[in-house]
Amino acid sequence: MFLRRWFFLIWLLVVPVWARTITVCSTCEVRTLRAAFQAAQDGDTIVVDGGHYAEGHLVLKKSVTLVGKNLPVIDGEGKVEILTVKANGVTIRGFEFRGAGVNFVEDQAAVKFVDAERCLVEKNRFIDNFFAIYLQRSRHCRIIDNYIVSNAENELYSGNGIHLWNSYDVDIEGNYVAHHRDGIYLEFVRDSRIVNNVSENQVRYGLHFMFSEKNVFRHNVFRHSGAGVAVMYSKHTLMVDNRFEYNWGGASYGLLLKDIDDSDIRRNVFFRNTVGIYADGSNRTSVYANDFVQNGYALRIFANSMGMIFMYNNFLGNTFDVTTNSTESYNSYLKNYWDKYQGYDLNKDGIGDVPYRPVSLFAMMAENYPQALVLLHSPLVQLMNQAERVFPVFTPKAIEDDQPMMFQILWSKSKPSPSDTAP
Amino acid sequence: MVEVEALTKRYGTLEVLKGVNARFEPGRVTAVVGPNASGKTTLMKSILGLVVPDGGRIRVGGEEALGNPAVRARIGYMPQDPRFPENVTVGEVIRWIQELRGERGKGLDALLDLFALRPALNQPTRVLSGGTRQKLSALLAFLFDPPVLILDEPTAGLDPLASSRFKDLVAAARDGGKTIIMTSHVMSELEELADRVLFLLEGSVIFFGAVEELRARTGEARLERAVARLMEGA
Amino acid sequence: MRGTTYKIFKYTLSDLLRSRWILGYALLFAAVSGGILYLGDQPTQAVVSVLNLVILVVPLVSLVLGLMYHYANRDFALLVLTQPVHRASVFRGQYLGLSLALALAYLVGAGVPFLLYAIGNPVDWAQVGLVLLAGTLVSLVFTALALYIGVAHDERVRALGLAIGIWFSLTMIYDSLLLLFIILAEAYPIDPWVIGLSMVNPVDLARVMVLLKLDTAALMGYTGAVFNKFLGSNLGLLLALLALLLWILVPAWRAQRVFSRRDF
Repeated sequence: MFLRRWFFLIWLLVVPVWARTITVCSTCEVRTLRAAFQAAQDGDTIVVDGGHYAEGHLVLKKSVTLVGKNLPVIDGEGKVEILTVKANGVTIRGFEFRGAGVNFVEDQAAVKFVDAERCLVEKNRFIDNFFAIYLQRSRHCRIIDNYIVSNAENELYSGNGIHLWNSYDVDIEGNYVAHHRDGIYLEFVRDSRIVNNVSENQVRYGLHFMFSEKNVFRHNVFRHSGAGVAVMYSKHTLMVDNRFEYNWGGASYGLLLKDIDDSDIRRNVFFRNTVGIYADGSNRTSVYANDFVQNGYALRIFANSMGMIFMYNNFLGNTFDVTTNSTESYNSYLKNYWDKYQGYDLNKDGIGDVPYRPVSLFAMMAENYPQALVLLHSPLVQLMNQAERVFPVFTPKAIEDDQPMMFQILWSKSKPSPSDTAP
Repeated sequence: MVEVEALTKRYGTLEVLKGVNARFEPGRVTAVVGPNASGKTTLMKSILGLVVPDGGRIRVGGEEALGNPAVRARIGYMPQDPRFPENVTVGEVIRWIQELRGERGKGLDALLDLFALRPALNQPTRVLSGGTRQKLSALLAFLFDPPVLILDEPTAGLDPLASSRFKDLVAAARDGGKTIIMTSHVMSELEELADRVLFLLEGSVIFFGAVEELRARTGEARLERAVARLMEGA
Repeated sequence: MRGTTYKIFKYTLSDLLRSRWILGYALLFAAVSGGILYLGDQPTQAVVSVLNLVILVVPLVSLVLGLMYHYANRDFALLVLTQPVHRASVFRGQYLGLSLALALAYLVGAGVPFLLYAIGNPVDWAQVGLVLLAGTLVSLVFTALALYIGVAHDERVRALGLAIGIWFSLTMIYDSLLLLFIILAEAYPIDPWVIGLSMVNPVDLARVMVLLKLDTAALMGYTGAVFNKFLGSNLGLLLALLALLLWILVPAWRAQRVFSRRDF
């Protein structure tokens, strides 16, 4: 043990002395990346100073640091995968990768890590690639501050911006991703963090989880996509402080949940989405202290979702607050603020004295007869909803907030403590 | 001069004018008399273009009147119950009519004094009494010095002073060669002013001639009685 | 005789802008929409509430005040018609003056509270602008209808009853029948029919026009192709505007015809 520690210290001192820096540029001794990769040894740094490099498919099998100066461009010319990394501890910083080719057999990426550890992809530009950053069976990686834009128009001919498969402990932070199929895609991924990214204008989803668990996404913005975020067949996902906005269209959602368990959705803002949260087969998930503002449907919760808790959320200016496909419900709604609530609070405890049924009669009607939507806001519909509110007959008793709040909940100022979650 | 030829008008099944012929001469005051619903107002409104007749011809000053709004520049009119937009002042109403006619009119000052309307110039018309409205109506009818005057119950509501001044004005207009057509329920007034009588009954002309002729025919000295006699005879 | 329309328009407007009724209408509207804005919580909810006023109140007030003006002014119209003027010009001037006065009262009543509210609060001007436009067009439509009813009926009580009947039919009965149709014909491809039928009623038109901006998200939730093509693009807005324009021009033109041929 003692010996090993000393050996490690000596290694730390000696390695930097051995490490070299190889410079690549059009007038340098080394003019191609391929030559630099051949010349390099583990621990070396390759500095690429400007230039345009179209060298076909490059494979890197050494633990080197790649640094771009003056934004060198590495071009796949729309044909190949640009760079495959099969080594640990590789850093890639300051490059522009463009033109990783579309391929229907293989997921060709601008940068693909295979069985790699401790990779770092930082401050690069990825333009018009099929896939941009691709991690396959990799771990302890960081993907930070990259600008990733492609030209996807349909799902068939496009790939994902950041694609993780069978990986764990990855930080995806501060990236901008646009015009891909999915902005960020995670399949069989665990213990990873997605923070401070902006993902917009994706053909499919801004962020997409498949068969993943124990991941966190926080402080991201997801907008103008088929769905802001889709979480499918996953569990223990923590979704906090994100903004889901302007995801609208025929089948668009802020947050799409499909067969997920034991997750937490907190302090997010859902603004102007066709559907704020769409839950199909989601269990034991708490939706806590979120703002739903001006969505078409704030919540669309199918009856196969059970044990969900909706608490301390604000529902503001949504056309429909809650819709569902059944009169049964195994979820609870409590202490939310509903701007359409018309009850009173005689004992002045801030909680309305009459329960609120967030599924309106017209919402139910529009569920069965969608064409009736043209009558939205008509005096007839107002009258119908009002009558139903006074003498509830048709709206489901099972979906009811027994303690609706009288005032908007300012959770951004007083963040609720976790102990409040259990009702 | 106003000429009416074979004028017919029906409201639904009700025949209001059954081929009326009449010639209203310049320098004459013609009183149109008859019982209620005899067609007096319809006849005058036809001349004014307010009622569209079913048949016949109307000429004002020799010019075809039907479908020709320009001839109304030659007519001054006092309606039975004059009303004005209630939020505007007397002065504004006068200015509006001047603008619509496209002329300033003659002797506005004299007419204002004659009817003592000067103090009302800045009052909104809704506060005016019936008599004052009548005076304003008279002013508007005479302002443009039209060759034809159609006066429907012109003295109703006027005070004795205004009434007598008004009659002087009508007499002066007649002497100035104007064609004057008027109705009134006050027979003494007609007696004082009218030269000729057009007697209408159920849409037909029963009598059209000089007042003297009517007296001679009925043997009554007073117009009222003469008219009453005509009604009885019919 | 040239410029009679303009002159009559000017007179009508200057008379009505001093009318206590018009003033009261503007003030009342301002009070109610101001109350909604300041006592309500959300400006979007407020836009919806003002939209409800536009749908219910603006047609009724335009009809009733339009008819009241028509009958109160009948005798003066008579005097005007004995001047050397064309009847059609007189009618056009009256219609323009009356509808503009009512539209202005609405614009002030609905617009000023939003302007005041905008000081210190976020306001979506696209939505507010559309509600103001919709209300203005509804004012013009129902003023035209009021005059059409007025020139065709000498008895004001009958005219008023007819006006209220039309108002109730367009705001309530029509939509009830439409809903019934949607429910009964569920099994058939009725999308184009539903769109078409909602374009027939001016009240629905105004509402749908605002809906296109206000509730785009909700409307997009339904994926019927015809619906999305119509509701999801500016085509719907354009068609709604055109149809409303027809609803102004046709009654106004019919009323002018009656006015030009009738006896006074």
